[in-house]
Amino acid sequence: MQRTIEVTQAFGPVVEGEALVSEEGFSPRYDLDRWSGLITKPGHKLEGRSIVDKICFFPTAKGGIAAGWAFYDIKWKKIAPKAFIFGVTNPVMVQGAVFAGIPITAGWTPHPREVVKTGDWVRVDPARRLIEVL
Amino acid sequence: MVSVTNVHMMGDIEVMGDAGLDYLRGQARIGARCAVPATTNARCIDFAHCDRLGQDPAEVAKERELIQCLRRMDVVTTDTCINYQTVYQPHLGEHVAWGDTGTVIYANSVFGARSNFESGPAALAAAITGRTPDYGFHLAENRRGSFTVQLNAKLDDLADWGAVGKLVGEAHQDYFAVPVFHDYQRTPTADELKHLGAALASYGSMGMFHFVGVTPEAPSVEVALGNRQPRERIVVSDGDIQRVYAGYSLGDGDPRLVVFSGPQQSLFEMKRLAALFEGKEVKPGSSCFVTTNGAVLAQSRALGYAKSLEDAGVVILEGVCFYILQNLSPMRQANRWTNMVSNSAKIVNIIGAHRFNTILRRTADCVDIACSGRLK
Repeated sequence: MQRTIEVTQAFGPVVEGEALVSEEGFSPRYDLDRWSGLITKPGHKLEGRSIVDKICFFPTAKGGIAAGWAFYDIKWKKIAPKAFIFGVTNPVMVQGAVFAGIPITAGWTPHPREVVKTGDWVRVDPARRLIEVL
Repeated sequence: MVSVTNVHMMGDIEVMGDAGLDYLRGQARIGARCAVPATTNARCIDFAHCDRLGQDPAEVAKERELIQCLRRMDVVTTDTCINYQTVYQPHLGEHVAWGDTGTVIYANSVFGARSNFESGPAALAAAITGRTPDYGFHLAENRRGSFTVQLNAKLDDLADWGAVGKLVGEAHQDYFAVPVFHDYQRTPTADELKHLGAALASYGSMGMFHFVGVTPEAPSVEVALGNRQPRERIVVSDGDIQRVYAGYSLGDGDPRLVVFSGPQQSLFEMKRLAALFEGKEVKPGSSCFVTTNGAVLAQSRALGYAKSLEDAGVVILEGVCFYILQNLSPMRQANRWTNMVSNSAKIVNIIGAHRFNTILRRTADCVDIACSGRLK
């Protein structure tokens, strides 16, 4: 079974952590309680799950300008994820992650659902454009 | 990089937190100043209503300090998400650096100006330097339409336009997907395009659309597509719009919160709401909020619209948007609100993290729900 995902674009240092794999997109404004790190939007496929210290896989970005300040804020509050792995993203997610110093990637081959599941331990290596399931 | 003439930035304590405020203090301390005119988006505190809303006094104080930091940097604190209707209208081809997605999609689409979604810190950097990275919607090749949407629907209410944005945006969540709307049977108004764009940007994270015969880069479907084939052709019908409304769960039936916000109301929206609320009263126990900016509120007061609304028991909030209000989750709990009803598809989508069950309804239906206390 394949244990790696190639990503198209990436920023940040190498990080390792527990995967949180979503079938639904993400916005810190729409979906996240920015005081606890829990996904609180009713009906979100990760409702009730925490993103704190996770390697978060999201297929799309929702919204939104808020991520620019919000990622900096949740990093400061120590409730940020270790990395954001997006299928498709938008500029603000990237600006926000870079500003906050959170690794971020965009574009993936193959789709994470074929390689990784929530709870797996993964390593994100932005310089090599690679995610490995350990 | 590309030079920009105008910046619009998000900066409020609810989204920035202490870390963002500390960053702003640092920028102000070292003497950072705007090189181009810069305005602020809606904020999270209404200083006239913060006590009544139960907003945290410590956060109110931080918001005041934050505003002072921005003013020291020569940011014009307009506190509005409808800058494009009330403050600055860039022209065709003009490069700007705007944030709030609704402002960006309007600038790109309706004015033919050029902006990406700019986060608060990125917009501030653009204001200080007068430039922004030259990519995305600053480049002609990314502005071509990618798929077509035939509008085979009447779209008589602003909520209908938001519903179109939901249908198209939800199915195409991609910043670089650019829908081309065509075959609509009349000329849409600025407020209708505002609700369409806000919903596309919210549900689809989209930064641009074309509207054939209406927006400046779309004299025809072919030109809007850049003479390429659309990757998809879709049709939106009256039935599709009806199904959007039918798709909302009424939850426990709580009708006690009705909101006209996200984006802030224009003068013409205020006028229409004033007419709809004339001679009516918000049902005791229910709350109805309208948000707008200072300029529109001043004119609404002069023209009597604000009085009509306030006589009906509507609370008009200034310089804020409902979904970004500081302390909103505790406010929801204190009022035991479970549902939120609105004519804005954007706010219905965006407020979820605060655990509201949200319901989109047409404007007149929202007024009826606020006044009758009957949710349907």
